[in-house]
Amino acid sequence: MTAINPHGSSLNHAILSVLVQNRPGVLARVSSLFARRGYNIFSLAVAPAEDDAQSRITIVVDLESAPLEQMVKQLFKLVDVVKISELDPRRSIERELLLATVRAGSSERSQIVELVNIFEAKILAVGGDALTVSLEGHPDKLDDFEELLGGYSIVELQRTGRVALPKLDRAARLRAATTPGNGNDNQRKVG
Amino acid sequence: MNTENQISEGQIMTGAQALIHALELEDVDTVFGLPGGCILPAYDPLLESSIRHVLVRHEQGAGHMAEGYAHVSGRPGVAMVTSGPAATNLVTPLMDAYMDSIPMVAITGQVGTGAIGSDAFQECDTVGITRSCTKHNELVMSADDIPLAIRQAFHIATTGRPGPVLVDLPKDVLQNQMSWHWPTDEEVAASLPGYRPTSKGHPRMVAEAARMILEAERPVLYVGGGMLKARAAEVLMELAELTQIPVVTTLMARGVFPDNHPLCLGMPGMHGTIAATTAMQRADLLIALGARFDDRITGRLDGFAPDARVIHVDVDPAEQGKVRRPDVPIVGDCRLVTTDIVASLRSLLDGGTTQADVGPWRSQISGWQEVFPLTYDAAEPGGALKPQYCLERLRDSAAPGTIVASGVGQHQMWASLHWHFNEPYTWVNSGGLGTMGFAIPAAIGAKMARPDAMVWAVDGDGCFQMTAQELVTAAVERIPVKIALLNNSYLGMVRQWQEMFYDERYSEVYLSVDTPDYVKWAESMGCVGIRVESPEEVQPAIDKANSINDRPVVVEFRTDASEKVFPMVPAGCTNDDVIVHPSQQDQRAQLG
Repeated sequence: MTAINPHGSSLNHAILSVLVQNRPGVLARVSSLFARRGYNIFSLAVAPAEDDAQSRITIVVDLESAPLEQMVKQLFKLVDVVKISELDPRRSIERELLLATVRAGSSERSQIVELVNIFEAKILAVGGDALTVSLEGHPDKLDDFEELLGGYSIVELQRTGRVALPKLDRAARLRAATTPGNGNDNQRKVG
Repeated sequence: MNTENQISEGQIMTGAQALIHALELEDVDTVFGLPGGCILPAYDPLLESSIRHVLVRHEQGAGHMAEGYAHVSGRPGVAMVTSGPAATNLVTPLMDAYMDSIPMVAITGQVGTGAIGSDAFQECDTVGITRSCTKHNELVMSADDIPLAIRQAFHIATTGRPGPVLVDLPKDVLQNQMSWHWPTDEEVAASLPGYRPTSKGHPRMVAEAARMILEAERPVLYVGGGMLKARAAEVLMELAELTQIPVVTTLMARGVFPDNHPLCLGMPGMHGTIAATTAMQRADLLIALGARFDDRITGRLDGFAPDARVIHVDVDPAEQGKVRRPDVPIVGDCRLVTTDIVASLRSLLDGGTTQADVGPWRSQISGWQEVFPLTYDAAEPGGALKPQYCLERLRDSAAPGTIVASGVGQHQMWASLHWHFNEPYTWVNSGGLGTMGFAIPAAIGAKMARPDAMVWAVDGDGCFQMTAQELVTAAVERIPVKIALLNNSYLGMVRQWQEMFYDERYSEVYLSVDTPDYVKWAESMGCVGIRVESPEEVQPAIDKANSINDRPVVVEFRTDASEKVFPMVPAGCTNDDVIVHPSQQDQRAQLG
């Protein structure tokens, strides 16, 4: 994690959508590979995919920690990894969820509610002097919301890490996560 | 396999019986292991099996024996041990096999499924601990899954880039009843949707490689262990002779191209020959075949082979560009790709393309070979034995095809440099991990796989003391390996570094010249022990050792502790900064 971009919301990241066999220990295999080889992860989200036998892991990786090509190739050496796609942020739908509990005394409450309205966030719970709010949306939007909430007193905050799928317009395509010129990308199912 | 025809689909048996039967169907003839609580059920049906079990004295030995077996036979070595400490004792050989891409299947017992996670007696998280030192591992939770797990393990261990696979079997899974089913190839493939090793190289890249080879004026065939794994020695010879391109064989590839061939430059790298290391350094084209640009080969990377374009053939896509960005990357089986390159070269040559003249380049290399041969100072009269002299006598007395296993350190480098490896699969050593103590168990495993061959382990006194107890295994199991123990009473390579780079400040490197008494120790383990202290004793001792075939032999050579391995590229330097033998220092300027 870097201090500047804790969610990888700039150009130094790439999004890998990794389809794995849904087996015990598969997440440990992926995360220990990243740890062992010194690859940085900004965020990681995992859940069963459309086929119950498989899970999809969405990993936002730090491109300053290692070349993307090496990350992808090392990942693909894991026997349980079925498919890896690099999602180009410009051609993907990215979403993330943020939950935050903010101290909201009488003087701040209306300002926070206004902020919630501007961002089309939701108030999930109301306490005597605090609010729990949620926002779903593009991670950049969450970054802005989080920054503005930071002007108040945040008690707890949790983000899910991003999930992503390719856009459905005619430009939608998943780029092979290999360099051009390596003529042997036939083994990596893409798209 | 004696039970093969007696078992039918759907037959009810225990998981343990299924395990042993599955091993038989995988053509396993030898298992190296040591029983204990959780693996006990598997040792019972072993009594009825045709599989030979070698009872080791330490589980690490079982792992290295399996490696030695695999090194010389190309078939996966199998180690079987119990849970907990036995599994952790396997970690070193698993990592060793992983680093050197040795096909190996490890079977470990595990506490019962109900006890997993409870810190039960002899429980450890074996699959967690071995995750980063295996190509794959699996905890099997149902007896019905055992045959598929074993088939997957052998398939994964032996295909693509070979490596170790571990199968963890809880005790109740071994005891439970199951209904026999031997998975088909299709079922195995379907069970591993993410595992599809590439074998065929990309035709466009192969053609590009062939063009580049014909253009090169200073090409070098940089051959690594992957060529041995791919059983590509014959096609390598074809490629070298067709193009007259000189060949360097890395520490992991010694023997894949014969040392006595005029094109062979020997081993490159930190302790490589001047000709091999310098040829790579000055090359305009490196044709890397099954090699991984290890730091012991490249020296300081930013100064490595600065003028060379690179063709990189490797079965593992992740090796492409990991260290050095190739100009022509080719992912595929090294034998198939090299065959395709040869075919492509032939068609280019037949079509009238001519190859650049490599004559001047070969003359230049010959010059380095003449000026900088391997050398050492002869022993002073009455002085300690020179280890290189002992190895030369050993080499010249050995039968053709003798297999040499080594530990790690000075003796390993001397063995690699001074032996003449003229056949593939005759050199067994720990290259990547650098595991001291590898030699003795690896030699035992090699002898089990190749009982017809003479097997010498070249060992140092530091290494010997790490795994010598396996000589008890060798004696009791009648596996007549021979050990050449180069006893200089030091951790010799560490001593060399302290002498050269730490101002001769020797810190914790002196062992002892006479404790233990290696001859008595050898004899107490059921071996013949011979001590050699003077040059005239060397040959008789070797002749005696070579004549003994009913038990292991340990020949202890008392060698000169001040002897160092040359050439040497100091750590952090480029290969241009190689230190030649002091006697060649006057000619050093000729290297530029």
